[in-house]
Amino acid sequence: MKILVCLSNVPDTTSKINFTDGDTKFDANGVQFVINPNDEFGLTRAMWFKEKQGASVHVATVGDASVEPTMRKALAIGADEGIRVNTVPTDGFFVAQQLAEIVKKGGYDLIIAGRESIDYNGGMVPGLLATMLNMNFVNTCIGLEIEGDKVTALREIDGGKEKIATTLPLVIGGQKGLVEESDLRIPNMRGIMMSRQKQLNVIEPIAGIQATTDIKFDKPAPKGSVKLVETVAELVDLLHNEAKVI
Amino acid sequence: MSVLVYTESENGKFKKNALEVASYAHAVAELLGTTVTAVAINASNEETLGHYGVSKVLTITDDKLTTFNAKAFAHCIVEAAKKEGAKVVVVSSSTDTKFLAPILAADLGAGYVPNIVAKPEGKNPFIVKRTAFSNKGFAHTQINTEIKVLGISNNAFGTVEHKMPLTIEAYSPALDEADFMVRSSEVDKVVGKATIADADIVVSAGRGLKGPENWGMIEALADVLGAATACSKPVSDLGWRPHGEHVGQTGKPVASNLYIAIGISGAIQHLAGVSSSKTKVVINNDPEAPFFKAADYGIVGDAFEIVPKLTEKLKEFKAQNA
Ligand SMILES: Cc1cc2nc3c(=O)[nH]c(=O)nc-3n(C[C@H](O)[C@H](O)[C@H](O)COP(=O)(O)OP(=O)(O)OC[C@H]3O[C@@H](n4cnc5c(N)ncnc54)[C@H](O)[C@@H]3O)c2cc1C
Ligand SMILES: Nc1ncnc2c1ncn2[C@@H]1O[C@H](COP(=O)(O)O)[C@@H](O)[C@H]1O
Repeated sequence: MKILVCLSNVPDTTSKINFTDGDTKFDANGVQFVINPNDEFGLTRAMWFKEKQGASVHVATVGDASVEPTMRKALAIGADEGIRVNTVPTDGFFVAQQLAEIVKKGGYDLIIAGRESIDYNGGMVPGLLATMLNMNFVNTCIGLEIEGDKVTALREIDGGKEKIATTLPLVIGGQKGLVEESDLRIPNMRGIMMSRQKQLNVIEPIAGIQATTDIKFDKPAPKGSVKLVETVAELVDLLHNEAKVI
Repeated sequence: MSVLVYTESENGKFKKNALEVASYAHAVAELLGTTVTAVAINASNEETLGHYGVSKVLTITDDKLTTFNAKAFAHCIVEAAKKEGAKVVVVSSSTDTKFLAPILAADLGAGYVPNIVAKPEGKNPFIVKRTAFSNKGFAHTQINTEIKVLGISNNAFGTVEHKMPLTIEAYSPALDEADFMVRSSEVDKVVGKATIADADIVVSAGRGLKGPENWGMIEALADVLGAATACSKPVSDLGWRPHGEHVGQTGKPVASNLYIAIGISGAIQHLAGVSSSKTKVVINNDPEAPFFKAADYGIVGDAFEIVPKLTEKLKEFKAQNA
């Protein structure tokens, strides 16, 4: 089985978000970038398929050279090879087109992407990719078992879970639950050394459509200060008469 | 040329978000000088939509669509969009709809913008405001394609009444086998309890509760309020509560009217996921807990003492206001 894990390179979850160039760009100054958390769960599940079922695992990112440390981390965790599409990702549609090209050329059976990137929260790349490639697609995937080309997946739904039966080739939008938090791996010294020998291929983008353009950003208005109360009676009164939420 | 809206239903009844997306679609239709057509799948109370700005409902009744299927549902909406010549398709932010929206967008060759919080800022260029960076920011996004798919954030636009004369038309788009390659084999869903996605009120608790055995009082409080229960990430990582209850930047987003956080410190990743809730209440015994800075109302004190009292008070309140 050939697996492609799509990695998005995102600001660490603790990052303060600021904008620059007249609020037209995200300010990456001083920001630490990491593997998108949803993708980290997917990558870890891919490692399981590699170790238990002999799968090969490639990782792909659409991004300029600044994303390479994140990709190297994935190689150090155990991915076999990396592919970087050398361009700044403009929007989900464009990214999906680039990834689709990689999948067509590489003949992958399983594409693991994340439910959403925690930066722009698009939540669209896996679904767009699956549809462009005419592959099966399971979103908010929290469990994945594969035997031959038979797939049993678990999907999170509002208020519960759903068991899904489908077949390869498949694209998933994964998230926490695919593996447990405690299964996530930190690259060890050996992994880091080995990753240096691994290939990180850089390819040029194909012409694609940019379906959306972020024109301007702003931040939520600062919050007024909290009203502290002493008793539950006061609280109930405020919720009813002031906030009007009960 | 109408604006198409996908109005989601469950067990034959429209969800609250269906009325919200219908209201939003009406606002877009006014901007574009056209009317709203809704697509409804196995829903029975179509007349309701006429109160929220819809002029026509394409109603699809099909046993194969009793259980949600993203591809098949998307196919129905695509066919309806083509039939109506729709240039704008409006959808919600439920988990099911976020599953089908990108399929829809790819099939229509449409730009898709999720998490929209306000009506379009302009039609030419077509610009919408949406949340980004897990609620730490907003983006004003221009859609460059002729057809546009708009995903509306829960609870951001609200339901707006607009009474319209309504036509209801039975519609049966042709589905094929390829639409059912991904099949649901089992659904495990809590019934009769509010879900985090739909609830007006969410009661959430964190590591301050010490252990899973103490969740009885959280459930009791949620019960009086008809609220959904939620938790912080470590609580689900520790197995005290199911993963589906984990809210925050890497969990479920919460956009309720009222969010009550009990024994939750208010880490940046937690706040990011809940900050679009309208009113936030914090109960924490540490006056320095960061959550107080992000809250509207707070009580500094021991949850084990305050929560049962609050539940009692709310019972009295409900009895008086029933
Ligand atoms: C990559 C990443 C992603 C993350 N994503 C998320 C996410 O999506 N959601 C999320 O929630 N977290 C997330 N986190 C974790 C986050 O950083 C915090 O660790 C977490 O939110 C803390 O949970 P807590 O508030 O329940 O626990 P704690 O931080 O331990 O806080 C417990 C609180 O309870 C209070 N308390 C103790 N006893 C009582 C009492 N008797 N009565 C009242 N109050 C009491 C304490 O004062 C304290 O404020 C993420 C972390 C990382 C690194
Ligand atoms: N620039 C990118 N390069 C590779 N994969 C990406 C990129 N952007 C998004 N993805 C994948 O698509 C998923 C969803 O991203 P998004 O649709 O942007 O929210 C991510 O979790 C990644 O798996």
